Amino acid sequence: MAEIESSFWDIRRLDTLAFADSPIHRLDPRVKILTTLVYIVTVVSFPKYAVSALLPFLLYPVVISSLGRVPLELLARKMLPAALFAFAIGIFNPLLDRAPLFAVGPLCVSGGMVSFCSIMLRVLLTVSAALLLIATTGMEAVGSGLERLGAPKGFVVQLLFLYRYIFVLGDTASRMARARDLRSFGRRGTGIRSYATLLGHLLLRTMDRAQNIHQAMLCRGFDGEIRLGKPMRLRAADTLFLLLWSVLFLLLRQVNLSRLLGALATGLFS
Amino acid sequence: MSHHIVEARDLSYSYPDGTPALAGVSFRITHGESVGLIGQNGAGKSTLLLHLNGIFPPAEGTVRVGDYPITPKTLVHVRRAVGMVFQDPDDQLFMPTVRDDVAFGPRNLELPEDEIARRVETALSTVGAEHLADRPPYRLSGGEKRAVAIATVLSMEPSILIMDEPSANLDPGARRKLIHLLQSFTHTLIVATHDLDMVAEVCERTIVLKKGRIAADGPTRNILQNEELLLSCGLEKPLRMQGCPVCGNGPGQDWAPPKKTDGHHHH
Repeated sequence: MAEIESSFWDIRRLDTLAFADSPIHRLDPRVKILTTLVYIVTVVSFPKYAVSALLPFLLYPVVISSLGRVPLELLARKMLPAALFAFAIGIFNPLLDRAPLFAVGPLCVSGGMVSFCSIMLRVLLTVSAALLLIATTGMEAVGSGLERLGAPKGFVVQLLFLYRYIFVLGDTASRMARARDLRSFGRRGTGIRSYATLLGHLLLRTMDRAQNIHQAMLCRGFDGEIRLGKPMRLRAADTLFLLLWSVLFLLLRQVNLSRLLGALATGLFS
Repeated sequence: MSHHIVEARDLSYSYPDGTPALAGVSFRITHGESVGLIGQNGAGKSTLLLHLNGIFPPAEGTVRVGDYPITPKTLVHVRRAVGMVFQDPDDQLFMPTVRDDVAFGPRNLELPEDEIARRVETALSTVGAEHLADRPPYRLSGGEKRAVAIATVLSMEPSILIMDEPSANLDPGARRKLIHLLQSFTHTLIVATHDLDMVAEVCERTIVLKKGRIAADGPTRNILQNEELLLSCGLEKPLRMQGCPVCGNGPGQDWAPPKKTDGHHHH
């Protein structure tokens, strides 16, 4: 259970970062959402053996995290679950795809190895971009940004409520689990059966909670629509941010910068 | 106009599974009164409160708030007039920041943005929580959550305030602040609670519920000194009205309800 508690704490830490102030924090949430989206789509669109062409894309997370003062250590820790997941899937590639792609001296590199590296690199890039979006914008601003970009209101409200109550739910779950652990004396009282009833209780309590929240909302004049308020204004800097990054991403999609630099360097020396 | 009046007549209610919760409850609370609603667990306090702003439609009888009987058509008016503070602040604070949460009610009333901002500011300063405005609610302490939950209701500028166990889970300091806050209100106030000492300090009138019926309704002073009545309803005298365990003296006969933080003798 300790892991659950500490990972919740980590989510909160990511959220706290959003209250800081930096040039990145001051950008319009919509701009950051769109830029992240363009970035992710571009990264994902590369062919499966792309590795060198993806490397220049590291620039974006590096720039955003240093300008937005997001500690890399936290980013790395948050990225781990996603990385493990991708690793579990990608690890089969070297086994399945054994066709040799190229050789480095006596070492023959198979297509599977390359595509595996490509997958891991993509995960690193896309997940860090998404985490940076949250860490420099905050969930609420991402929510209202999405809404203003035309995402369905129901979806946005669900997202915000999920985010608000996941902490309450997590607290409840960890309290229940602790109470159970204290009475199971490290033995098998922690088996699947007690786990099932625990989950059932959690569900019932969640439904009760949902009803109470709904009542509290009705008391304050809720009529089915959540008004998020706060008008947003695009500044020139915002547009510029979106434009420059998007152009850069598209350019890097077309031109393999690593290879170009490599060719330039070897050209110079030869 | 009589905005601030709450009146229940022969109110009855059973839960969907058939458990009776209220059986023929009648009372009339007038402008500016502060009323303590007491009774043991399951006596029907919370159920009664949920009737007073139309969350539960009465199965029998009527509830009137101000000039309106509560019907689906008058709900909007009623909920504007009646502010309800729930027992668990986590149920009430669901928006991303404290400011948004306090603005939730006024936004639903579709007030202009500058009016909303003014109300948010006033409500937060009334409960002493201006500094929390930009914090997410889940990160607050219990006392802060309670204060903000009250502000979310005050921002709608209700004429009647209803609270369910406002002093539960508060540390003594936060409880004391709450009591001062409640004493400063000029609203009609209805407080359901087990904290009889708070009732003694805040409410001049008390209604005792027992198994869905009104067991007593009168001046707090009389009711809280009626030991027989309290015991029969699963309650007991407020601590400050009981004998002193150290010196064995009874409570001072000059005890008077509300408003003063009197000096009980020190040892």
